[in-house]
Amino acid sequence: MSDKTTGNTTGTDNFPQENNESVKREMFKPLSRRSFMKAGALGALMIGGTATALLPLRNFKNDTSLENFFQQHYERLTPERMERILKRIEREIKERHGVDANVQDPKPIADVQFAYALNISRCIGCRRCVHACVEENNQSRNPEIQYIRVLEMPAGTFDVEKSDHYYSHETVPAEGKYYMPVQCQQCENPSCVKACPVSATWKDKDGIVVIDYDWCIGCRYCEAACPYWARRFNFAEPNIPKEQINPDMAYLGNRIRKKGTMEKCTFCLGRTRKGLLPKCAEACPAGARQFGNLLDPESVIRHILREKRVYVLKEEMGTRPKFYYWFDT
Amino acid sequence: MKNNYKSVQNEAVPEFIRNYGLFLFQAIRLSFRGSTAFYAWMIFLSLLSFFGLRAYCNQFVEGLITTGMTDQVSWGIYIANFTFLVGMAAAAVMLVIPAYLYKDEEMHTIVIFGELFAVAVMVMCILFVTVDLGRPGRFWHLIPGIGRFNIPVSMLSWDVVALLGYLAINAHVCGYLLYMKYLGKKPNKLLYMPFVFLSIAWAISIHTVTAFLYVGLAGRPFWNSAIVAPRFIGSAFTAGPALMIIAFQIIRMTTGYHIGDRPFRLLRQIMTISLLTTLFLLGCEVFKEFYSQSLHNSSARYLFFGLHGHYALVPWIWTAITFEIAAIIILLSGYSRKPGSFVWLNMACILATVGIWIEKGPGLIIPGFLPTPLGEIVEYIPTYNETMVCVGIWAIGALIFSWMLRLAIPILSGIFRKKNE
Repeated sequence: MSDKTTGNTTGTDNFPQENNESVKREMFKPLSRRSFMKAGALGALMIGGTATALLPLRNFKNDTSLENFFQQHYERLTPERMERILKRIEREIKERHGVDANVQDPKPIADVQFAYALNISRCIGCRRCVHACVEENNQSRNPEIQYIRVLEMPAGTFDVEKSDHYYSHETVPAEGKYYMPVQCQQCENPSCVKACPVSATWKDKDGIVVIDYDWCIGCRYCEAACPYWARRFNFAEPNIPKEQINPDMAYLGNRIRKKGTMEKCTFCLGRTRKGLLPKCAEACPAGARQFGNLLDPESVIRHILREKRVYVLKEEMGTRPKFYYWFDT
Repeated sequence: MKNNYKSVQNEAVPEFIRNYGLFLFQAIRLSFRGSTAFYAWMIFLSLLSFFGLRAYCNQFVEGLITTGMTDQVSWGIYIANFTFLVGMAAAAVMLVIPAYLYKDEEMHTIVIFGELFAVAVMVMCILFVTVDLGRPGRFWHLIPGIGRFNIPVSMLSWDVVALLGYLAINAHVCGYLLYMKYLGKKPNKLLYMPFVFLSIAWAISIHTVTAFLYVGLAGRPFWNSAIVAPRFIGSAFTAGPALMIIAFQIIRMTTGYHIGDRPFRLLRQIMTISLLTTLFLLGCEVFKEFYSQSLHNSSARYLFFGLHGHYALVPWIWTAITFEIAAIIILLSGYSRKPGSFVWLNMACILATVGIWIEKGPGLIIPGFLPTPLGEIVEYIPTYNETMVCVGIWAIGALIFSWMLRLAIPILSGIFRKKNE
């Protein structure tokens, strides 16, 4: 095309006239028998193609009842509605896993702010906390999801890049190493909560960051936002052997999750909101894990904060964790 | 011909609905008329879409385990493509500004193609985000009112608004102008010019908001950098015009629709300046990361040189940089300006587009996750299934763009119009 032509935007001049006529004829000619056949072949191709493409759906296992699909956000559920939902979840667990579960929705206790303190001098890296957590919280076993990561650190550095996540010695602690377990820090200013586009995760009144598993859309933006790598995603349908299912379940805590949603440590809220310790604290053989109420001046947490050399991870992030590390030797 | 439309010509129906019904009817008919080459192209794209759909059905049934993503690298090639494509859509503004603001007559012949391009690309963006969701059925949680939309706090919520808004604005502007042309009426400036101006600001903002998605995360030092948004804009205005230069040549060759050489010259200039800016900003970033030698540069070291024995992205990023430098050399040399010959220019366009796809797609998303906040490196490699989903979405985008052109070109040429019925 010649560059000299000035652009004409209004008429048919953009198209050569003879071409114009033939195109017009071609475009508006009535459907002939031949083109009808062609259309049939095309239609068959499209329908066949779509059907083949949709074939994998025959293996689809629906995990969402209609009621569940239209279920509202946790904070919009009335107590009566919640009662019904808890019953429904128990029924579904019975149907799917053959387990008689007791699903409750424990609420935060007034005047309680939970906090954790971990004695870095005492931790021996045995990972009993990791496994106790998995058993308590009904995480998928295959693929296995763990909330606690124990970092084996070489002495003399604080650089997590030098840590080993997959150490396996005959005995722990290994010579010249120290251990730093990391889990959800239950931040006062959580980056994950800010990130969520549908407010499926929030900080509850007792400071625990929870997820409404039935509201999460699975975008994993919270997982990208967390500076502690504390969040986990169900890449596949969670898989737990029936005999390993913990039947005491909390709605915002350890009830069995679904494929495609996020989960995380909730300080075992099903236990702690009833006055028990988180399972990881209970499991620790070294007494490195302490848990309590930040608002109670007599609590062990307050004692540690007063008396020990305490630090938090990545303080410069401004997330204000309620998971404290301390050392006493 | 009139007999065909008897059913729609019911006097009880208001005229504008009748007109629109007629338009839709004719448009559907026209969609299925075309040369053998057109049919071959559309069937080819449809087949690729079917492969993509099948792969997505696999993923829908099994979960995102069918992808290469992990808890360590929790976003992969889907979000990489999404990020790249947001830029492509934003680049339509590079046709809109000269056409509407500077009243460049010749740009007016192609500006609608740019807007249609933005519409097709926006649809691809939405598809890429949707396939990345773990629970796509819960999309309604994003709808304000019945759902719970975390605005103004979540950057992702802002991005949803930005993307859907941009799609709607562009669909309205080109839809309105094309329909008026079809009716043979003069378009009412009040009904489209405000949206044209809005689309200009909105184009910049979609890419800025998408950048903020990453920039806002303090825990990811590789992304938490003010330069990401300017780099996004620079690279978008390189790759967008580059791809459009190629697309418009194909339109010119296959349809005979007249596009002069001037729009190509303008696009080439925009692309050259943007690519220079992109390379400059990349240099700034590289300097900041490596001169200071802080431990926060781990991700950049992983990307450019490999870290602790992991090198997955190193060949890619150096390919990208080589391509971008080669493209700028071609663009700055006389070869790409040779009148009548597009060979060198096309080569520069392809090199720049591929280079930028790597740099701001996988080259931006993956190193953001590595090493993880706890110092771990887990390499991410997309699976076959995941790749096929991507291929499918690209095919759907091309399908939509080709189909819209199939209708738009005869409208703009004055062949497909109401009085021709």
